[in-house]
Amino acid sequence: MSLILRHESVPLPAFDRHAILNHMAQYSERTRIDASFAALADPTRRGVLEQLMRADASVTDLAERFHMTLTGMRKHIGILEQAELVTTEKVGRVRTCRLGSRRLEEESAWIENYRQTWAARFDALDSVIEELKRKEKRDGRKQRE
Amino acid sequence: MVASRENEPGSANNRTTTERKSDREMVITRIFDAPPRLVFEAWTTPELFRQWWVPKSSGATLLSCEQDVRVGGGYRLEFAHPRAAAPLAFFGRYLEVVPNARHVWTNEESEDGAVTTVTFEEKDGKTLLVMRELYPSKEALDIAIEGMDEAMPETFEQLDQFLIARGAGAERS
Repeated sequence: MSLILRHESVPLPAFDRHAILNHMAQYSERTRIDASFAALADPTRRGVLEQLMRADASVTDLAERFHMTLTGMRKHIGILEQAELVTTEKVGRVRTCRLGSRRLEEESAWIENYRQTWAARFDALDSVIEELKRKEKRDGRKQRE
Repeated sequence: MVASRENEPGSANNRTTTERKSDREMVITRIFDAPPRLVFEAWTTPELFRQWWVPKSSGATLLSCEQDVRVGGGYRLEFAHPRAAAPLAFFGRYLEVVPNARHVWTNEESEDGAVTTVTFEEKDGKTLLVMRELYPSKEALDIAIEGMDEAMPETFEQLDQFLIARGAGAERS
């Protein structure tokens, strides 16, 4: 996740959860980007995401691992949830956190990008093959095998 | 441009398809309007390979390309990219080579590199190309996917600028 690590030194933007909620009605891409960056601007939250890349974890586990109170960790998780970077599920008394839907979107975006790279390559390969076919015709259909 | 022979069920004409077949595997298919020997020749002859491997839209330039296409032989590609300070090298060796039918190679620039298998299958004078990239683990393919910001520099550059502007304008609370 080099995107996250790259921004270590950028100042923390103010994050106002209520403002985000107010914007939810007209849920814009800008709001999403705001929420993501606000969520990623904090080193603890980046640490939580890295931890969740390895395995799902409960809020209690995460609070212990990052040496903070349950309330403090809940607040961070709330911000990550808002940015759709994390989803949580409560079973009994345990709230489990995992990486959110954004990751799936990233995966499908990656696959589409991968497809486009190969499509562009193969279109160029078509031209090379057309040239080979023309050359063979010129050379009197010589078989090279 | 493309001869319209679409009466074959399941033939997607010459479209490139990609699919994540499993946790560890990506599969790409494409049909070429030429027999396998020509597609194989274009893939395994460096002078021809360098004409198509690097799409213009990628912004990269192929600096060098060596291919010793035989079992145990190696290959090495070096690219320049405006966003990379030093040339990027990709290398590995061929595990299997069946001329005009199949070649398999390793990608050794990273420990999590895939093993790539490309098959060329003749169908009515055309070639069905199937390329499989098998990663050593689910994590390795996930890491490749997470590294997509490198593949989408423009998008992330825009985000960078947005973040810097925001950081400068925001009051620390």
